[in-house]
Order: sequence, then structure tokens, then C-alpha cells
Amino acid sequence: MDFEFSEEQRLLKESLNGLFAETYNFEQRKKYMKEKGGWSKLVWQKLAEQGLLGLPFAESDGGVGAGAVETMIVMEALGRALVLEPYLPTVVICGGFLRHGGSVAQKAAHVPSIIDGSRTFAFAQLERSSRYDLYDIATSAKKRGNGWVIDGEKLLVINGQNADTLVVTARSKGAQRDKTGVGVFLVPTNANGIGKKTYLTQDGLQAADITFTGVEVSADAAIGDSENGVLLIERVIDEARAALCAEAVGAMDESLKITVEYLKTRTQFGVLIGSFQSLQHRAAEMFVALEQARSMSMFATMATNFVDAASRAQAVAAAKVQIGRSGKVIGQQSIQLHGGIGMTMEARIGHYFKRLTMIESTLGDIGYHIQRVNEIGALV
Amino acid sequence: MDLALTNEEHAFREEVRQFLRRAVPPAMRCKLVKGAQLPKDELVAWWRLLNKKGWCVGQWPKEYGGAGWTPVQHYIFKEELQMYPAPVPLAFGVGMVGPVIYTFGNEAQKKHYLPRIANMDDWWCQGFSEPGSGSDLASLKTKAERKGDRYVINGQKTWTTFAQYADMIFCLCRTDPTVKKQAGISFILVDLKSRGITVRPIQTIDGGYEVNEVFFDDVEVPVENLVGEENKGWHYAKFLLGHERTGIARVGVSKERVRRIREVASKFESGGQPLIDDPAFREKLTSCEIELKALELTQLRIIAHESKHGNGMPNPASSVLKIKGSEIQQTTTELLLEVIGPFAAPYDKNVESSIEATDWIAQIAPSYFNNRKVSIYGGSNEIQLNIISKVVLGL
Repeated sequence: MDFEFSEEQRLLKESLNGLFAETYNFEQRKKYMKEKGGWSKLVWQKLAEQGLLGLPFAESDGGVGAGAVETMIVMEALGRALVLEPYLPTVVICGGFLRHGGSVAQKAAHVPSIIDGSRTFAFAQLERSSRYDLYDIATSAKKRGNGWVIDGEKLLVINGQNADTLVVTARSKGAQRDKTGVGVFLVPTNANGIGKKTYLTQDGLQAADITFTGVEVSADAAIGDSENGVLLIERVIDEARAALCAEAVGAMDESLKITVEYLKTRTQFGVLIGSFQSLQHRAAEMFVALEQARSMSMFATMATNFVDAASRAQAVAAAKVQIGRSGKVIGQQSIQLHGGIGMTMEARIGHYFKRLTMIESTLGDIGYHIQRVNEIGALV
Repeated sequence: MDLALTNEEHAFREEVRQFLRRAVPPAMRCKLVKGAQLPKDELVAWWRLLNKKGWCVGQWPKEYGGAGWTPVQHYIFKEELQMYPAPVPLAFGVGMVGPVIYTFGNEAQKKHYLPRIANMDDWWCQGFSEPGSGSDLASLKTKAERKGDRYVINGQKTWTTFAQYADMIFCLCRTDPTVKKQAGISFILVDLKSRGITVRPIQTIDGGYEVNEVFFDDVEVPVENLVGEENKGWHYAKFLLGHERTGIARVGVSKERVRRIREVASKFESGGQPLIDDPAFREKLTSCEIELKALELTQLRIIAHESKHGNGMPNPASSVLKIKGSEIQQTTTELLLEVIGPFAAPYDKNVESSIEATDWIAQIAPSYFNNRKVSIYGGSNEIQLNIISKVVLGL
């Protein structure tokens, strides 16, 4: 039993902190938000140069061959700096589909361009009525000749504007809510029949609503089993949830740091407000929430390697609940302890609160995941 | 980073399990499941059995009669006992005064007391709190005046758990009233049979007798009962309070109670279906389980850290264990109370009622009442928040 990082993992963490200290202060972030698609190509290139975009890919595919812990370390650092670049959709999610389900040819066609930073990806999954159900899918993939034709609509596709390639979940068989009959398809964003509407999200990212009208893709567009992607989807999405947990821990950690710093500088009634016990106790409660969240983020990270899919799913679901709860405590109290300043767009703290709030409703919220834990059985 | 236990640790867990199945008297287990208090002789007999196996003080260093367990082994041992359930060794001796004696005591004290603690020849109780000194422990007033080769102790201790069973009490006494309050305290071992000691039971809201008042009226104690140096008692007390911080989370106890809740909730019906199938109830239970899982992981993180870096001064993050551990113990007793609903009401357990299995049901409300103590004792949860705020956050 060991919860510490190896020497290499510590170095990774340090180099990430160094990179973001240099490239990601609050003013720089605001500039990146104004670039096309809402993030910085320059920062993305730096991530590529440091080998971070190739981290989880096998060495035989040109990657570093690192594991879940390394992804956790990266995601925490991204959360701490409120990084806008599409690491989660490109490397973790779409990279995950390629790693776990891609053919040799698919990997050869896509992985090198992820690793060198030349192309980014987006995950098109959410639909109007799907909410958190990954298999409530109306978008269809129909066989035509040697290839597929995709029709439907996907919402809130993060990095939808800049992405070169979409990974789309679509129904090849069965009724709208069947768990089977769903496949995962690679679709170039410049394909004919794709319509995009892009917009800013609450947490400063950019998303797109994407329509697919008779979009034709070749036979090799399907990743894995085109008629039953459940195992693949569950695995990749659990990894994505674990990554979100880590990102949230980074954001919570930084929120607490910023808030404690504020308590140590702001004076009222002639004294530092951090000397008031009622405020000290709120801050201490934030620390308790953070440590519980950190424990569960580590648990989810290690669980992504569990052999038994149900145990993995349950651990990740439990972690997502804890992260949601802790995120609310820390996000809300950070604003409260800052007082009026916390309400302003100019202060950093509110942006952490907003990101934490959006993470809660990404890939399943507290209520959804409590039910998942429940369905699988006793947790302790 | 790795969650897995080593092969040796797995084997140890299996060994503990098998021993429990073999050695725990079924009647004792049954009483514990029902939440009943065990009589002294039953407890002492069980702990002596553990000592014969070498496990009563397994976490102590080998030179003092322990098995030299790693923190992980100690954790496994306690968790298995709590989940079985079987009584864990008495903390006052094994987890508190024992480590103080082998860390700060002299050779004669080590030789005399340590084997007696391991074999429960002495039942120890803790003389820290006073009527005027709860969270502000250092303000304690019970004084010990040096007269020749004796200390003369006068004052009053309170909340003394199981003083009615105890042979010995370790006390914090004021030996120098002229200095800063923390600097004038000494750590003294007192025989409870000494002349001038009166023990008076306090009945708690659950109806039970666990705690007592202990009065000291010109009690004479030989000076060789002083541990370490005079006026350094506060330092030893802080060592003691931090020593078993990871035990205070009582994860195994809560796990056992969660299982109990599931079992009972599948028997009690609400609206024609077992309560366990009621979505609102399930959600509450699952929420609690998730909190408990997070607590277990936090505890494992702290234990793994101790294993790697040694058990120096206590990790301030362990205040998280106290806060969350007590909250979850309270939530689980509250859920159990909710499961049995109106049938929690009958108080007199000696009177037959038409409610089935009266004896264990009668313990549920008392257990809920009794567990309100866990966020108060061992440094109240508010004190833990103070510690986090001061030591961790620097406020």
C-alpha cells in the first residue's frame, strides 16, 4: 500500500507546475480565451514538446507508456491553473478510445498527430434527451456500401470548434435507450453535412452544438465493435471521470490556497479576518472536504486499473459523488469567505467555483452516481 | 501509488480472521452485535486470550513485549476485530499510557507496568478532564504537591471512562502553579485503591454507566510514580493524544454498522416493501457509505505515510479522521434508529413487549444517544477544526 509518487512522477508534477507558472497566470488565461476556439496553440505546442500529449500512449505507438497516476498528476495541474486547452477530450477521452479500442491502422492514422500536437479531438456524446445516460442515443450510424452514414445532433461538444476530428457515439442498431447497438465513430470535422454552432460555456471553455446530416464516413471510422461499444465506452468514460476528479482536486486545492491567502491579508474591524474563529472553521471544513476528495480521486485513479469492470465503475462513481460534494463545499465557501470580491469576474476565485460547478454536471452528477453506486451493491 | 496489500499483509489478515473465528466466544460476539456493554470479567478474559497470542500489544516494539507490527498490520488487526466484532484492546492502557511509559518512563516503570498492561493485570483509566477543564485541558487544577518522597494530590477528574473497573489512573496534575499553564503540569500514575480516592458514577443519556467522577482528597503517591520529568507532563499528554489518532476514525466499527443497517432494513417494512428497497432510504445509506469509503482511504493514506516515514509527531491531517470518523459513526447510529422507527421507543429492556427481539432493539436508541459523545471526546470536533486552521492552514 503506497500513496506516494515515484521520483519520476514527482518530476512530472514539478515540471507541470513550472510550465503553468510561466504560461498560465490569470491575465494570460484571459488572452488565451480570446483566441480562436478559446485556447492557446502555443501552450498546446509546449505540452507536446514536454511529451505530455503522448503520456498515456504505448511506446509502440510513439507515446510515453505512462499510467493512470501520471494522467491524474497532469489533470490536477490543469485544474490548479484552470487550463483551457483540450487535454481531456483529445488525450484522455478520444485518445482513450484509440488506445483501448482502436485498430493498428486507426492508431497509426491518429495517435502521432495527437502526440505531436498537430491535431486536436472532441468528444460528441451529449444529446437533447440523454442527460447522463451514455446509451440514450438518437444519432444514427447506418451502413451504406462500405461505409457509414451519420445523422443526428450532439450538444455541448467541448473543443468542437477547433477539433480536427470528432469521436461520435451513434446508434447502429436498436431503440433509442438500448444499451447495445451503440458504436463509436471517428468523423473528420470537415466532412460534408456537418453543421456547427459554437458558444462560450460558464467556465470559460468553448463548446459546439453539432448537427450531422447524411455525413458519410468510411468503413474504418468505427472504433471497436460498431454494434456494441458498451465495454469500451464504460472503460474510457470511467477514465475520463477519474481524470475530471483529479482536475477538480487541483481546482479545489488552489481555491483553498487562494482563500486562505485572502483570510491572511484582508482586514476588518482592525484585524485580519482570518483571526475570526467562524471563518477559520469554514476554512478548516474546506480542508476536510479537500482531503476526502483527494483520497477518492486517488481511489478512482487506481480503480481504472481494476480487472473487474463493476468494481471499477463503483469506485469511480463513488469518487465522482465525493468530488461533487467537496466541490460544492469548497466552491461555495471560497466565494463566501471572499465576500463581495468573490462575486466579481475580476477575481480569480470565482472562476474556480465556476469550473467546479461545471465539472459536477459533466459525465454524471452526485444523484446519478449515487444511483450507480447503489445498483452495483454494497460499497463497504 | 498502489492500493494493494502485500502478500504478507494478506496472510496476516487471514490469520487474524481465522483466530477470531476460533477464539471469540459466540455469546460475546452476539452481545456486541446487539450493542450491549460487556461485563469486566468477560472483557479481561478475552484480552488475556489475545495477549497469549501475542496480539494485545502487537503494535508495541518487540523489546517491550510487542510484536513490532507495522502501522498497516496494526490497522488490519483493529479493523478485523471491529468488523467481526470483538473488543479491541483497551486503549487507555495499550494505546495511551503504555507508549508514554516506554517512550518517557524509567526502566523500573517499564519493567513493572508494561507486562501488566499487556496482560490486563491493571485496568487503566485516564485522568485528564476536569469539571472546569474540557477543551481547555491545560487549565486543569488538580494539584500534586511534593512532600518528601511523595506527592499529595487534591482535586477532581471527570468523564473518567470505566473508572469503576480500573486499578490505575494516569493523571495530569499541576505541580507548578507559578508558570504558564502548559509548563506546570506533570504526568503521574496513581493506584485507584489509594486512600482518599472516591469514584462516583455518572449516568449518561443512554441510561448507561461508562464515565465517572474521580475525587482526590489528600491522596499520597510515591514520587517514583512520576513519568519523565516534573512539569513536562503536557508534552507527554500531547504525545499520547496524537499517538492513536488513526484509531479514532473507527472505520471498522462503522463498516460493521453499515452491514447491520442493511440487514435490519431488509427485515423492516415500510409501505409493504422492505425499507432497504425504498429509494430515499437507499440514497441516504449509499451517501454514508461513500463518505465512509473516502474516510477509509484517507486513513490508509495516513497509515501508509506513517509506515514509510515512521510515527513521529502526529500528522495534523489526522484531525480529518477525528471529524469525519465521528460524523459517520453518528450518521450510522442515526440511520439504524431510523430503520426501526417507532419501535425504538420502549426504554425498559427487562419488560417483555410484543415487539419482536426486544433486547437488541432496545439498544438502538441508546446507541444513538451514546454516540453523540464521539464528536465531543478526544478533542471536540471544533477543537480539531482549530488544529487544522492553526497547524495546517496557518490562520
